[in-house]
Amino acid sequence: MTQRSRSHDAPPKKTDMAVMLPVKRKAHDPFRLKLTPWHGVFLALVCIFTTSYGYATTAPEVDSIRTVMLRWMPLLLEGFLFNILISILSMAVGTAVGTILGLAQISLMPPIRHSSWFVTQFFRNAPWLVLLFFAMYLLPFEFTIAGATIPFPDWIKAIIGLSLPVMANVSEIVRGAVLSLPSGQWEAAESLAYTRRQTLWLIILPQCVKRMLPPWMNLYSILTMATVLASIVGVSEVMTLAGRVLAAEDGRTDLLAPLYSFVLFLFFVYCYPIARWTVYLESKFAVKG
Amino acid sequence: MSWSDKEPMISVRNVHKSFGDFEVLKGVSFDVMKGEVICIIGPSGSGKSTLIRCINALNDINEGSILVEGLEVNDPKLNKLELRKKVGMVFQQYNLFPHKTALENVMMAPIRVLKEDKKEVETRARALIKKVRLEGKENAYPGELSGGQQQRVAIARSLAMKPDVMLFDEVTAALDPETVGEVLVTIKELAEEGMTCILVTHEMGFAREVADQVYFTDQGLIVEHGPPATFFENAKDPRTRQFLSQIL
Repeated sequence: MTQRSRSHDAPPKKTDMAVMLPVKRKAHDPFRLKLTPWHGVFLALVCIFTTSYGYATTAPEVDSIRTVMLRWMPLLLEGFLFNILISILSMAVGTAVGTILGLAQISLMPPIRHSSWFVTQFFRNAPWLVLLFFAMYLLPFEFTIAGATIPFPDWIKAIIGLSLPVMANVSEIVRGAVLSLPSGQWEAAESLAYTRRQTLWLIILPQCVKRMLPPWMNLYSILTMATVLASIVGVSEVMTLAGRVLAAEDGRTDLLAPLYSFVLFLFFVYCYPIARWTVYLESKFAVKG
Repeated sequence: MSWSDKEPMISVRNVHKSFGDFEVLKGVSFDVMKGEVICIIGPSGSGKSTLIRCINALNDINEGSILVEGLEVNDPKLNKLELRKKVGMVFQQYNLFPHKTALENVMMAPIRVLKEDKKEVETRARALIKKVRLEGKENAYPGELSGGQQQRVAIARSLAMKPDVMLFDEVTAALDPETVGEVLVTIKELAEEGMTCILVTHEMGFAREVADQVYFTDQGLIVEHGPPATFFENAKDPRTRQFLSQIL
């Protein structure tokens, strides 16, 4: 018996105990689509429904849906690129201001801490659309600085309006990440005579970046999808353009479904990989901490 | 500046400390001379860790005085950075910076805090890593090191600041039994080189071997102290005797 337990070359005995089995890790591919057959069935039904509906109501003298869609696709794509531009700029502004606000929330000075907390909570608990209107109608349409008049177009106001909720959410992400680090990190830095500012920038924040990345990307996805709100205030992004296309085609009702399905498709193609990548990063950072 | 041998390097007088309504320290006094090794032992919750955390102002005190090389820790105008340059500290949980390699962990503070030349610091840091027997681990991240190795990096990191006093807060309590020894060897070498050390520890054998003075704390007070030979053989106070009988 002792002999058997000592021999290393003996084949491992089969066991049904989970803990005894070697750990098998699934290879992680962030961009693998996790779609089930049901998704395919759903998409197929949407296609069949929209095209058959289209043919049933199309009179012979008008262009086919395909021709119309191909005609407007470049314009719609251009509009969608504008959505992406708005999302990137809003995210940049929101992240920059939100980081400062988040750090102010952990300030040692109570007035700064309390006021930044209030600002964060105020903008975090406000509907995005209301904030957008707020920016649209309260900001002037042009600035006059030293005699020069600088125009302040709607799309820039939309960026400011959308960056407000982003700012508040980033503020909470930063605060949460800083507080999630063990207090021992602060103590070790203190005992090595680092100033508070050095501790924050050299020790705390670099460790926070990893923790902040997944929720930050999540926020970006949500923001991208929210850029269509700008159509309500008249910015020429993809939803506004889709409406104009419809008007240019004399409001053909058979175009509604394919047109908006195409817009949905554009957002899906852009946002789904981000969502997958976020999940991948979350699982990657969850182990190492 | 090197402290003279005649006056105590650290002088703790009648220190009181409360967390809320709970008084952790109820009037503690003791002196540490330059080069002395002090071990503080006692049951959990007796205020040992709080006491040494007060020495480098990680905890403030409610009453009394702590002088470290003439700096009054209980002075609201105290320059804490000056104090912490003199006092190194090693923690139970190592608290290495996980995003930096072992070498970077050791080098960072002298460069950023003391504004020393990077090349000089690197030479010193490599020597310190060698001294704690971690040659070859310079570029390892804390997550790739064992507990004992991490703790030795933490000691090297603290020594890189050239402190006059080292505080050790239960530095072996979180370690696997087989790695405790390697950390204790490092501390013992430091003590033999003349570093002033204050240790909170549960390693009685080690305290007996390296300490110049052993202090026993219970319920926020120093109950008894003495050189290890007398302390461990002829403890007078019944509380000390009871504690020692449970632990030895």
